Amino acid sequence: MIELNRVTKIYPGAAQPAVDSVSLTVPQGEICVFIGPSGCGKTTLMRLINRLIPLTSGSISVDGKDIMTLNPIELRRQIGYVIQQVGLFPHMTVRDNIATVPKLLGWTKAKIDERVDELLGLVNLDPREFRDRYPRQLSGGQAQRIGVARAMAADPTTMLMDEPFGAIDPINREVLQDEFLRIQAKLKKTIIFVTHDINEAIKMGQRVVLLQDGRLVQAGLPDELLNRPANEFVKSFVGSDRVLKRLNLLKVRDAMMLNPVHCLKGDLSEKVLEQMIKCDLAFLIVADRDQKLLGYVNQYDLRGHKGMVGDVVRKLTLTVSPERNLKEALSQMLSYDLGILVAVDEEGHIQGVLNSATLFKLVGATYDERGGHWGRITASGRIL
Amino acid sequence: MTTYDFIVRNWSELMHLAWQHTVFVSIALAIAIATGVPLGVYLTFNRRLADTVLYLAGIMMTVPSVALFGLMIPFLSVFGHGIGTVPAVIALVLYSQLPILRSTYAAIRSVDPAIIDAGLGNGMTRAQVLFKIQIPMSLGVIFSGVRVAVVMSIGIGAIAAYIGAGGLGQFIFNGITQTYDAMINAGAVAVSAMAILADFLFGRLEKTLVSKGLRRD
Repeated sequence: MIELNRVTKIYPGAAQPAVDSVSLTVPQGEICVFIGPSGCGKTTLMRLINRLIPLTSGSISVDGKDIMTLNPIELRRQIGYVIQQVGLFPHMTVRDNIATVPKLLGWTKAKIDERVDELLGLVNLDPREFRDRYPRQLSGGQAQRIGVARAMAADPTTMLMDEPFGAIDPINREVLQDEFLRIQAKLKKTIIFVTHDINEAIKMGQRVVLLQDGRLVQAGLPDELLNRPANEFVKSFVGSDRVLKRLNLLKVRDAMMLNPVHCLKGDLSEKVLEQMIKCDLAFLIVADRDQKLLGYVNQYDLRGHKGMVGDVVRKLTLTVSPERNLKEALSQMLSYDLGILVAVDEEGHIQGVLNSATLFKLVGATYDERGGHWGRITASGRIL
Repeated sequence: MTTYDFIVRNWSELMHLAWQHTVFVSIALAIAIATGVPLGVYLTFNRRLADTVLYLAGIMMTVPSVALFGLMIPFLSVFGHGIGTVPAVIALVLYSQLPILRSTYAAIRSVDPAIIDAGLGNGMTRAQVLFKIQIPMSLGVIFSGVRVAVVMSIGIGAIAAYIGAGGLGQFIFNGITQTYDAMINAGAVAVSAMAILADFLFGRLEKTLVSKGLRRD
């Protein structure tokens, strides 16, 4: 846990404080993102925590201990540190780079070797292949994986990360972000993550702190910043597409309608049609007894048909996993001109239904509302 | 008599002078490295002093070597060392300072600040950053300065014979006064050979001491 209390930093001779009375608490195991335009004090604020920059006034505590009562060297060995430029030591092998803090702490060679291999595995690099390489033999993405591994070497409870993925190309950045979130889900470190990229902030942060001219402007869940920006600055910083950005935060599971209306393949066509007319349904999902999605039927298919629905069912090939994010789901709906998407699990069991009306409502202000109206399926099999 | 014949006939004398040469050049270099590298490192922490010191060392290089040997005679006579090995060593130390100082200073300063930040941020002390990161990273460049100093000192060392320090310069000066070409050539060839050999040996040493991670290929 990190607690900042009226933290202020004034550089000698500067008229304006670089950090101006910032108070906030980062609970154990959370990623807190510091974001803001360049010069807003986000990096300074981060570097105050491990005393790379001396505090002017206020107090900071890490895991309940006031940092000013600790030796700065000891303090930094307890806090992982990752920077944008990676900063691997070029004259040391990957192993020795990762072993930086353990060596300072005087671990035995056997313990260090074991830990290095464990960490390489954690960041998805084969220890046999990478252990003895030098930094110049690594790609940018590999180097930053080592940078992260080095920061975690002595298993610190807390990590400071200054734009760790900022210098990495967009495709690899996504991969590294995902990998890091996966690692974090397991290790639950308390992390300060500095970035200037709002998309990264929304993706990585459980809590986002927006700074401007050294002052805390708004702190909260990413969703709150997007949905309820505190002022015009926040609104313009998060961007005019803030509503679309929220789609990245939400999963299909959060938006889908549960227990959608459906019929079973063994139901009689006449009965089903009767119900559909009565309830004004243009089409209906067809499932088997185990809730496995078989497809759909529309009124046109059933009209005059004698027998079971299963005989005339149309295949529904475009489905979505409940774990996908809503941006991807919406993109799929737009590109295939779909009014609804059926969410199914890996075995094809129906989990719920996502429709455009719900989606639009959800990304608007009232996102706690569930449900919505069915779309319409055309004869060509498209759902409008 | 050809140079070859001269060398063969005077082999033991040549070896004796080469040994003298090696001794005072080695002593001078040992002192120059032992003072120049730490001073160069220290100067990176004191920029204002750095400018002055590097400037003085630069001026030192412009003094012609013969003149320097001559200039020191009155000063060192006070201590009874006006001529001989002592002034030779002192002159060589002064000449070697600039390449060693300048390469050390430049190398330490050129270490990427982000790497130093990473070292400090991971809990190294300033001394650990210096000794475990900055100096090992600078070794290659420091070595290039030392190699310049080595080759230069062996060459300038020949002039030390002029003030009675002996060494291979003896052949050259005696050859000149006696207009004895083979003797001059023998001295010159031996000085060159020594410089080439020393440079080669320091090259090998550099390869073993400088991390593979810093090699450019």
